[in-house]
Amino acid sequence: MALSETALSELAGLVGAENVLWRPEDILPYGFDGTAALKERPGAVVFPADTGQVAAVVRWAAANRVPVVTRGSGTGLSGGSVPSGGCVVLCLVRMDRILEVDPNNLTLRAQAGAITLKIDEAAGVHGLFYPPDPGSMKISTIGGNVAENSGGLRGLKYGVTRDYVMGLEVVMADGRVVRLGNACVKDVAGYSMKDLFIGSEGTLGIVTEVLLKLLPRPAARRTMLALYDRMEDAAETVSAIIAAKIIPCTLEFLDRRTIQCVEDYAKVGLPTDCAALLLMETDGHPEAVRDEAARMEQIARERGARAVRVAGSVEEAQQLATARRSAFSALARMRPTTILEDVTVPRSELARMVAYIAEIADRHGLQVGTFGHMGDGNLHPTFLTDERDTEEMRKVHLALDEIVERTLELGGTITGEHGVGLAKKPWLRRQLGDASYELMKQVRVALDPAGLLNPGKIFD
Amino acid sequence: MSGPLQQLDYSDLQQCMHCGMCLPTCPTFDATKRERHGPRGRIALMRAVADGDLVAGREFADEMSYCLGCLACQTACPAGVDYAGLFEAARAEVEQSGLPQTPARVLWRALTLRFLFMRPWALRIVARVLRIYQKTGLDGWVRRLGLTRVLPADLQRLEPQTPRISACFSDECIAEEELPEGPARYRVALLTGCVQDIAFSNINRDTADVLLANGCRVHTPAAQGCCGSLHGHNGEPGLAAELARRMLDRMPPENYDAIITNAGGCGAHLRHYSRVLAGDAEYAARAAEWDRKVRDIHEWLVEIGCRKPAAGEEAVVTYHESCHLAHGQKVVKQPREILKSIPGVRLVELAESSWCCGSAGVYSITQPEQSGALLKRKVGHIAATGARFLATSNPGCHLQVANGLRAAGVPVDVVQPVTLLARAYRAERAEKPVGAERKH
Repeated sequence: MALSETALSELAGLVGAENVLWRPEDILPYGFDGTAALKERPGAVVFPADTGQVAAVVRWAAANRVPVVTRGSGTGLSGGSVPSGGCVVLCLVRMDRILEVDPNNLTLRAQAGAITLKIDEAAGVHGLFYPPDPGSMKISTIGGNVAENSGGLRGLKYGVTRDYVMGLEVVMADGRVVRLGNACVKDVAGYSMKDLFIGSEGTLGIVTEVLLKLLPRPAARRTMLALYDRMEDAAETVSAIIAAKIIPCTLEFLDRRTIQCVEDYAKVGLPTDCAALLLMETDGHPEAVRDEAARMEQIARERGARAVRVAGSVEEAQQLATARRSAFSALARMRPTTILEDVTVPRSELARMVAYIAEIADRHGLQVGTFGHMGDGNLHPTFLTDERDTEEMRKVHLALDEIVERTLELGGTITGEHGVGLAKKPWLRRQLGDASYELMKQVRVALDPAGLLNPGKIFD
Repeated sequence: MSGPLQQLDYSDLQQCMHCGMCLPTCPTFDATKRERHGPRGRIALMRAVADGDLVAGREFADEMSYCLGCLACQTACPAGVDYAGLFEAARAEVEQSGLPQTPARVLWRALTLRFLFMRPWALRIVARVLRIYQKTGLDGWVRRLGLTRVLPADLQRLEPQTPRISACFSDECIAEEELPEGPARYRVALLTGCVQDIAFSNINRDTADVLLANGCRVHTPAAQGCCGSLHGHNGEPGLAAELARRMLDRMPPENYDAIITNAGGCGAHLRHYSRVLAGDAEYAARAAEWDRKVRDIHEWLVEIGCRKPAAGEEAVVTYHESCHLAHGQKVVKQPREILKSIPGVRLVELAESSWCCGSAGVYSITQPEQSGALLKRKVGHIAATGARFLATSNPGCHLQVANGLRAAGVPVDVVQPVTLLARAYRAERAEKPVGAERKH
């Protein structure tokens, strides 16, 4: 459904004609995000310059009962920023400024459209560190990270986006602008409202500015690769490291198929004949790093690692992490469509879950590549298929259903870091149970009674 | 009737899983932050055309013209999307869509793609006329008297950018067969290109010299003509195929250990003759052998163990990567290795060295504004290095960057890595008391 000419000219009046897109060639590329097989055509795409313009567009949408879907760089992996038909896409990429780094309070203030990597770089100038590093950090926006509560490779030690949000500026569904939280480390004045908006996927309000917590940049870092002939040995290594009271910043694993695809792309010298690979990283005080790295290497060897390779330089370490970050996209080399999952289980159940995924894929005759954050139980089984093959797609959905079933039996969650969006919607009630599911909906109705903010995401 | 995009293997389009990893590397997305000006947006438009959801109209044509075709996205893409192939199909789609064309565009395309770059002799006649025009100083007078004002606006702007035609063409300074001093370790063919042939024949000479100095017997057929990259990149796959067949006939790949190219843009196209000739049963096997043997000069030198020169010159050098050398051919380290091997040369890294300079084939003519912005950015980075030489390896980049530096008054000379290497070998010979003359 296209928007009327009157609607378009009113929007042009709010943000300027050059910041309203409506031609098919202009808006069609906003029909999708990083999620496979989901697309819809918006009515228009607008690019506000500041919070005032965001509020004006939201007020206009409320008055005209037009849905608003907020978008950053469109790299989400659950369809969170896929437009609903005929909606206004509110794209915040023009609001990309880093407003302030405060080395005295260890905070950074930025507009919602600021790029995640640039935030860490700006912190780095002051010897500070913004730890959350989602796979798409080179282009993802901080607003999108907050909306999805994104994780990353360092979740095990440093947590996720939520752990670094101190304050937010949010435009509410009626156009009011609220500021939540502040630069105080301690603050118990009323409900922690900012937390409600973190991970709300654009359904409760529109985040326009963030105040982030920073840490001192670790003085040392050591990156290692451990190679295994059996997946179980890799999983046991992870359990043993954690049992030895070491919290590395990264414990990532790739299975054979994923290793092959990543090596094909990144050419960093990964051996393509091993069953599993662990990418391990420890950071902090040089002495502690040295000690932890040595113990981790020893544990890996004791648990049957065929070889342990230590990155010889900062560049090599970065190459390895970058290669791991490309895993999901690299798997797309194999088949036309890649369906990525994000199930997460308690760490102790991880080896069992990995084995189960392989078994399910075998049973349905499907290709799967599994990788993920082994240290925090967050797995990314990725089905390699073709969306045009309806029979195979049916099997993929059956397999996903069984994986979710098992995940929930093991006390896990349907999504560790990608969000519910459109992709995980069918399973949310099953995980939450009726009472919590209804509670969530109540919150949504209370804040956005007309249901115009990112409609159809999380729940129907 | 189905167009080139519909004839593609659909899974080539599906290969893009729109993760967005390409976006930060795309110069046009960087300039506008609009999805249609980025790789995944363009692929979405191509896919919509293939799906029949979008007509390849004026907006589509403009978008495909706005794309530099620099292929930075191809380097960034973990999913292995063949953007070059998609892009060529999209440009061919535009040419076949029957969009109304301006008479000037029809004339220019006919004159360049269909006439000049199909006929080496015709291109040389134009070059000879230009050479006289430049050599007699007539160009200076024409500019001083303001006579360029009679030209259309586009040409007035381009006139000062016309390449300086070399004093000789490649076949006047390189014999068809040249032998190294010692025993020949390899037999190679040297591709002289078309622009390189008339504007940079000295670089072809340098290329031959460094090959000879590294034990290669060099076969350089005269007046080779265009390899077809211009045609492939500009929506004329039929003409590109014809030129590829001519090249294979002229230089049968079975005769050589390697076929050497020294122009990044040509090389990226030359390595894919089997794609250009897909469906041509007669040429398929030869094209495959050709593709296996094509080597960029730097790539080849490093592969055979480039001999370190004994002499050199003290100079700070920085290196700008030709897009199609870095992204199209993935030759990144080798030119740097060669520069570093020259005694006295200190290589300073250029910020954003693999970011397009805006030359991009005919882009500086078709998209002067964006081309100019990219050139300005490049010149700024070059000036910041404090280098005396900017090394690069593509005639398009060479001309564009040299013009940009001159216009900005930045005193940096543009050279090619092989030129510095050839000079070093020459310096080495000059230092040697006795040396046998090169055998021809």
